[in-house]
Amino acid sequence: MGAIGTITRRTFLIGSAAIAGGVAFGTYMAKRPIDNPLLADLKDGEAAITPYVKIDADGITIVTPRADKGQGSYSMQARLIAEELDINPATATITPGLPGPAYYNGAVMEEGVPFPSYDNSALAETARKFMSVPAKLMSMQMTGGSSTVPDAYLKMRMAGATARETLKEAAAQQAGLAREQMKTEDGHVVLPDGKRIAYTELAPAAAKIEPISEVQLRPKDQWKHLGKPTNRIDMPAKCTGTEQYGIDLAMEGMVHAAVRANPGVGADVESFDASAAVDMRGVQKVMAISNGVAVVADNTWRAWRAADAINIEWAAGPYPANTDEIFAKIESVIDDDEYRDHRQRDDGDVTAVFDDAAQERGDIFEATYKVPYLAHAPMEPMNALVLVTDTKCEVWTGTQIPLFVRDHAAEMTGLDKDNVFVYVQPMGGSFGHKLEDTHVLQAIEVAIAMKGTPVKLVWSREEDMTHDYPRPGAIAKGRGRVIDGKVDTFDLSVGQSALMSSWFGRLMGVGIPGPDATITTGSWDQPFTIPNYRVTGYRAPAMVPVSSWRSVGASGNGFFHDSLLDELIHEAGADPLAERIRLCLHEPSRKVLEKVGEISGWDGPSIGHNQGRGVAFSMSFGVPVAVVTEVTHTDAGIKIDRVFAVVDVGEVLDPINLEAQVFGGIIFGMAHAMNCETTYENHAAQQNNYHAFEGMRLYQVPLFEIEALTNASKIRGIGEPGVPPAAPSLGNAIFAATGQRIRELPFNKQIDFV
Amino acid sequence: MQITVNGEAHDVDVEPEMPLLWVLRDELGITGPKYGCGIAQCGACTVHINGYAIRSCQLAIGDLKGREVTTIEGLGSPESLHIVQEAWIDNQVAQCGYCQSGQIMQAASFLATKPDPNDEDIDAAMSGNLCRCGTYPRIRAAVKAAAKKLQES
Repeated sequence: MGAIGTITRRTFLIGSAAIAGGVAFGTYMAKRPIDNPLLADLKDGEAAITPYVKIDADGITIVTPRADKGQGSYSMQARLIAEELDINPATATITPGLPGPAYYNGAVMEEGVPFPSYDNSALAETARKFMSVPAKLMSMQMTGGSSTVPDAYLKMRMAGATARETLKEAAAQQAGLAREQMKTEDGHVVLPDGKRIAYTELAPAAAKIEPISEVQLRPKDQWKHLGKPTNRIDMPAKCTGTEQYGIDLAMEGMVHAAVRANPGVGADVESFDASAAVDMRGVQKVMAISNGVAVVADNTWRAWRAADAINIEWAAGPYPANTDEIFAKIESVIDDDEYRDHRQRDDGDVTAVFDDAAQERGDIFEATYKVPYLAHAPMEPMNALVLVTDTKCEVWTGTQIPLFVRDHAAEMTGLDKDNVFVYVQPMGGSFGHKLEDTHVLQAIEVAIAMKGTPVKLVWSREEDMTHDYPRPGAIAKGRGRVIDGKVDTFDLSVGQSALMSSWFGRLMGVGIPGPDATITTGSWDQPFTIPNYRVTGYRAPAMVPVSSWRSVGASGNGFFHDSLLDELIHEAGADPLAERIRLCLHEPSRKVLEKVGEISGWDGPSIGHNQGRGVAFSMSFGVPVAVVTEVTHTDAGIKIDRVFAVVDVGEVLDPINLEAQVFGGIIFGMAHAMNCETTYENHAAQQNNYHAFEGMRLYQVPLFEIEALTNASKIRGIGEPGVPPAAPSLGNAIFAATGQRIRELPFNKQIDFV
Repeated sequence: MQITVNGEAHDVDVEPEMPLLWVLRDELGITGPKYGCGIAQCGACTVHINGYAIRSCQLAIGDLKGREVTTIEGLGSPESLHIVQEAWIDNQVAQCGYCQSGQIMQAASFLATKPDPNDEDIDAAMSGNLCRCGTYPRIRAAVKAAAKKLQES
């Protein structure tokens, strides 16, 4: 642990500050002090610590700045603190606190470097460290990119350990003993004579002494909470209907707002006639807002009904009118140098392989793949509660981007940022949707028009699914060659509109210059060595505004890359698992593949009459994931029987929740691959509710067997990496069972499912 | 109009066509039942009417006709859990948790009528409830565990 301790001290300094009746501990950024939101109410503390723990007479508060969209991140952040602080996390108050730039996420942008995640060279590591600088400067308090655990793993344990040692020091000084003689247990310092002093009693004294910064983190074999099967803190509330989501909030005098915005997302309203709506029961106000019309009423249902009664003439959407036109544009940019965005993988000499002679001999394999636009469609539709007065603006909403929400609210209200308060709420899912804040801005517009009145805006399911910023659709052209039963050449050209630029344009007012890595994330960065290996991204024009969808670029590229690889292996006549293992250059990834072969009893893709199995591999967010899927081709369609998955996250902190994230991610990936797409007609998304965006239902869910390995060198998050290999493993299994290779998602356009 | 929810009578002044879900959530402040789709496709709004699982987004309050409504809050509480809720916690089912009120109400009603279900019964009873996080494997396990406990109790 010495090595980690040393690295940690260089990276973070843990500070303390006096608070009313107690003490706060948190990270102290040595290079650049950052305004701290939670110290506004502190008496005289240093203005640069970022509290993760506050202790006063009322108890212990753990601040969990990363939002919880359902993956259990509040529980995990609390447990990291609790492990070192020696408390039962269930006895602490857990709060996301107020957002502040000091809670910047240093890990979220690491994926953006031009090095594959398995590359741990000094140059790659330096580039990743450098990415935390823009994250810090841009106040990137963001939840996403499966980055919560990698970002918090050291920071939060260090905060807990510093708090513990400082409390011990306070007790030691009181008793006239040495800190080394003190022990801690369950929220108490224990003196040599067995006397126990509660942390809450020691807090005022601890605030007066220098925090103990030389601390040893607990070795793994002494962990009480981490690495052990434990229960999530939010589970009882979520199983009794008592968890309060943003949509459940109510305030005295609150009104309910509904909106109808242009389904051609981003376009204006030409005119509207609300005469039928204004006299409906409970309606208090009808007003124009950006790109739409809002209704304020005394009840959600009444507001929605009134909104539906408004006759609105829409301006045409600012992108091609239908899906065919959109995909024609995407297809047209592929292999056109004018639209070439980046080529981060170019091993061997693909051009020479594809010379005229090879073309004439006909030994070039070619295939085209396609993935659709996809809505996020979390179960809790987008909502926000906003109260604007002359002096402040308060926003209660489930969000992954609280500081952008704050800044947008400040801009719209003309208030100082310090007078905007964003209270992050637990989320009923997100999958990336809550990286957007259009619904919040709409609620703010209405609240500005109704100063002093709390306004709760809730999107109907239809509004939610037709005003999403979806996962971008994409097309990939694959080419390859096999020699002597081996994959010799792999070339993939992916066409897609830029995702990051679209999203940043909404968040920051300007898009990001430079290449858009998401076009090939999950394809260019796979840990394989192929003699001639090339992946190129082509940037289609901006069309439908798009955003991050669980696993981002890898959500489509996982399908492209692994499907092409599977086809080439088939062309070579090799075993799908053995050839992937042979090509793999990264030890932890190879072990993941070997392990999935072992637990699935892999002995080839064929497992019986009308049955087949497919293996797929995808590495995303630094996590190698191998999946084997078994299907049966029944008279009623494809039945998914069993799924085996192996992941490597470096260190497993919560085995129960890890398993849930892996099968949840795989179900998410397979569900959409089976039957979901967002298509456009007359500029509008066509799938407006779950009847047209079905997903997977319980009766379709396979049996799962999941294992987590820990051979990788870094700790990683697991919220997303299960998604990318799910679709190709299913596609490869369908091919094994039926001989039918389906290259376009969703699969149900070409084959039925049970 | 009078409505009895979790054993308590309430007077509400609403249109008879207002869905029960919105009477519960916006008029009575009972927020355990969730809005997910409004068209009986997701089951997040499931409550019991005289013990049977009903999609409260589809039942107009005027059609309730005095029948008793039970929501997840009336099924059990963190201090006094229903056997199904206990099984849900034991199996660590919830992720975002938003659909789980409906899943639990569906399971409780189903197990009351079918205390010894086989896998096909469970699939048939629970497939109308959507979960976007994909908690299904643990829903299956929890329903089975609850059935076992109910038989033993």
